[in-house]
Amino acid sequence: MTTGPTVLSLRGATKRFGGLVAVNDMDFDVTEHEVLGLIGPNGSGKSTTLNLISGALKPTEGTISLRGTPISHLSAADIARRGIARTFQLVRLLPSMTVLENVRAGAVFGHRRRWGAEADAHALRMLALVGLDRRANAHVGELTYIDTKRVELARVLASEPKVLLLDEWLAGLNPTELEEGIALIKRLRDEGRTIILVEHVMDAIRSLCDRCVVMSTGTKIAEGTPEQVLSDPEVIRAYLGDDDA
Amino acid sequence: MTLTKRDWQSITLSAVLLAVAACLPLTGDAYMLSIGITIAMYAVLATSWALFSGPTHYISLATAAFFGLGTYTTAIGIENGLNYWVTLPVAAILGAVLAALVGLATLRLSGVYFVIFTLGLAELVRQVVTWGQNISGQKGLYILTDITEVHIYWQLLVLAAIVYLTGWAIGRSRLGFALRIIGDDEEVARHSGINTSRAKILLFMVSGATAAVVGSMLAPRYIYIEPALAFTPMLSFLVVIMALLGGTGRLWGPLVGVIPFTLLWEAISSSFPNQTTLLLGLSFLVIVYLLPRGFVGLIESGKRKMREREAFA
Repeated sequence: MTTGPTVLSLRGATKRFGGLVAVNDMDFDVTEHEVLGLIGPNGSGKSTTLNLISGALKPTEGTISLRGTPISHLSAADIARRGIARTFQLVRLLPSMTVLENVRAGAVFGHRRRWGAEADAHALRMLALVGLDRRANAHVGELTYIDTKRVELARVLASEPKVLLLDEWLAGLNPTELEEGIALIKRLRDEGRTIILVEHVMDAIRSLCDRCVVMSTGTKIAEGTPEQVLSDPEVIRAYLGDDDA
Repeated sequence: MTLTKRDWQSITLSAVLLAVAACLPLTGDAYMLSIGITIAMYAVLATSWALFSGPTHYISLATAAFFGLGTYTTAIGIENGLNYWVTLPVAAILGAVLAALVGLATLRLSGVYFVIFTLGLAELVRQVVTWGQNISGQKGLYILTDITEVHIYWQLLVLAAIVYLTGWAIGRSRLGFALRIIGDDEEVARHSGINTSRAKILLFMVSGATAAVVGSMLAPRYIYIEPALAFTPMLSFLVVIMALLGGTGRLWGPLVGVIPFTLLWEAISSSFPNQTTLLLGLSFLVIVYLLPRGFVGLIESGKRKMREREAFA
């Protein structure tokens, strides 16, 4: 595997909620054009890690840097502007707006800022990318579940992020939708985007991720290619318990 | 910035309506003029209130604080030899500064906490002014100018024009779009790269400065002011009720609430002066139960039904 320059790195990132350590001393790097899977059982701290990166939460200790510049002290808005964009575990759209306006939000305020006709044209391109350009003027209330996910993805892409954080983007899809979803993310991957993927769907992890970081109870327990980590006895123990290891 | 044909139509229509409104004093009817002033005053207050509260859904009950700040700025300014016209921009600046301070302190609060804080703020400012006057030994202040009711009315119309133009410009700007996103989902706004506090504080400052200038303009009408009059909490409530009755989804929405409400209020307070609070309560019930989006919502769903009927016909 060729490794490009490091885009994002976590060093000792820790988050405590009172006595509970949700994320404990996380270290990992993401290199350019890499798709990194962040996996682990429920409650292992994957989403919290994503929240630390996106600035939704501030780390209690440790640093997170984007291309060598520390960002962990910045607000979520500043982090988004520097080029880290995310989707949410439970899809969040702007309910009073059309599909196009939702995507325009990313184009207008994100990493690369556009306005007017240029923003609209860019938002439409992003909608075409996720296969939703025909529904640009639909109200978001009229969309199917996977289409709401597509809108959110298009909004995030419209900001032209350097790092894309997808929080269980494939969760809740039916088998056909899942195929479409995986194909869509594969396309993003082929475009050379840098992506961190929090995911439970094993097929997706195998076919999409270059590398995986496995978390259990807030700590990194393994790191490597999907094949390596998924056959690691400790990972299996974390997922299935001691008896099956 | 390019203007579409529709924009020109709206601008022309607004200019014509403004010109017609400006002719009201020509009727020579002092009662009509007095109602005209009241309507113009509430139109400006409710519209500027809705500029902030419409998209963000932050209900501010601080209008009276800004309004009173304006009246007192003018009163104290004139007493100390300032020209009346100088006191208007001073009031605007003070209003904006107060709004910025309140914004910095409170816009992190949301929902009911923000509402209560703004109500408390208006009360606090009133108490501070009362306390200041007690120390200085004055109960109130006289504002003696040669400004007549007609002048006040025209000034308010000019201010209304400025507020509408500002609102229209904001609506087309990044700031306006940012506020709509904030109103929809603040979390998404933040993660899309919007500095949410800055956007909210800027708009709150516009709203506060406008209310302060309205207070300044109204000061000569009162001739004598004291804190209980200049900072009456009733003003804040009336502005909220009128704006919500009209609807905050459109720039012209609050005006549609202000006109009927003021007329009704005038009619009721002249024949049943003790029942005005009842009107306030009933209007509130009507808004909550029947018109959650105000008259604007009613008009727009009516239009939609018409279109659908045409489409099927």
